[in-house]
Amino acid sequence: MQSNTTHGKLIVVEGIDGSGKSTQIDLLNKWLQSVGKSVYFSEWNSSDLVKSTTRLAKTEHMFTPTTFSLLQCTDFTDRWENRIMPMLKAGAIVLADRYAFTAFARDVARGVDPQWVRNLYSFAIQPDLVLYFRVPLDVAVERITSARAKIKYYEAGMDLGLSDNKITSFRLFQQRIVDEYERMVNEFNFTVLDGTQPVQLQQKNVRAIIKKQLQGWEGLPTPVEAVRRDARQRKALAQSGQGNVQEGQS
Amino acid sequence: MTTARFYGAGFPYNPLEEYPGKLVVLEGTDGVGRSTQITLLRQWLEKEGYAVSDTGLRRSPMTQPGLDAAKLGHTLNPLTMSLFYATDFADRLENQIIPALKAGFLVLSDRYYYSIIARDITRGADPKWARSVYGFALVPDLVLYLRTDISHLVTRMVHGRGFNFWESGMDIRFADNLYDGFCVYQSHLIDQFDLMAKEFNFISVDATQSVNQVFEELKKSIVKLIL
Repeated sequence: MQSNTTHGKLIVVEGIDGSGKSTQIDLLNKWLQSVGKSVYFSEWNSSDLVKSTTRLAKTEHMFTPTTFSLLQCTDFTDRWENRIMPMLKAGAIVLADRYAFTAFARDVARGVDPQWVRNLYSFAIQPDLVLYFRVPLDVAVERITSARAKIKYYEAGMDLGLSDNKITSFRLFQQRIVDEYERMVNEFNFTVLDGTQPVQLQQKNVRAIIKKQLQGWEGLPTPVEAVRRDARQRKALAQSGQGNVQEGQS
Repeated sequence: MTTARFYGAGFPYNPLEEYPGKLVVLEGTDGVGRSTQITLLRQWLEKEGYAVSDTGLRRSPMTQPGLDAAKLGHTLNPLTMSLFYATDFADRLENQIIPALKAGFLVLSDRYYYSIIARDITRGADPKWARSVYGFALVPDLVLYLRTDISHLVTRMVHGRGFNFWESGMDIRFADNLYDGFCVYQSHLIDQFDLMAKEFNFISVDATQSVNQVFEELKKSIVKLIL
């Protein structure tokens, strides 16, 4: 992956279904906005351009591991070219709920070649921060099965024929994904978080990590923040007696 | 039996060792007469008793509606287009081409992924990256490349279907009109094909000849393969 040469910051969360990552990134998003940062949030598998194709293939069970991988990458590139990259260039903080690592974990768990799928995403930027929410499989499965009515066909990895039972298949598939994630911790420099801790405590840790990451970094301010900053600058200039000179020049 | 060879890792979850059919690809730029030749070849092969299956870009039932809709809009960026076509290609390869080859069919493919990467690279994709995407692709038994030049292509377009947005590469705007755009864009594609001809062992056929002369040359290569 490419290193980040833009003015923006790319922060992503990763983890298996039920690891609590979406809850954490949502809180993080709200907090960053509340402190005056320009934030853009992007979710895995959310491109409007690709949506109808994904839906068709999912309902009709048309995916093979390769086409699943390629279509999700198509979805990613659409978001990459139209949203993520321009936002990073503009100096925003881009928060991504899942990133290329989700593909590396799931697609390889489905049986595609690990190097091939890494090459697919080689145009993408290595994030400034990858927050990996580690949870024991039992905890994640418990959260998913108690909170949701139904696990979907591909979520459960039913296409792999691991088991006719959806929950069993889900467990086996998720275990493979966990194994892939664990292999990536060093490869892609994951920051590992304990996803079994209370939500509030996790968020405290997340914010501390982000604060450190953003130290000394001047990103793109929000419009409100920009007005405040300009006012501060004008005030400082006026106090130092240079304000009049500037006005005289203009 | 042909021993299956792939450009990269293939489909590790569904290995293919060998197959009784043959994969014959017709490559060449837009308007070079590929579909005319495919029709002729199919008639001839079926008369000779071969079971023929044909396929071409954008015919996957999974991606066709979405890809067609995407091409009507203006938000389809080069990388996205590239991967959308790769999805279409993989779907047809796994679900149409390979099953047909296993069943002993002679598969006539109107273009293969070479056309797609020629377009990707012309739109700025990294040539190495574009090739690596297709690591799952099967190496065809025969690739017939219909080669022509711009002046012959222009004549064909004028007396054929005319110029259009995509075939003139207007999404990348080499020029402000379809004609000039067509000439620049198609020249780039021909350059890419010429580069690939050696790398991928294309059999080049001079497509400026008459339909019948081209047909006879194609037949000759195919006869050598199937006898």
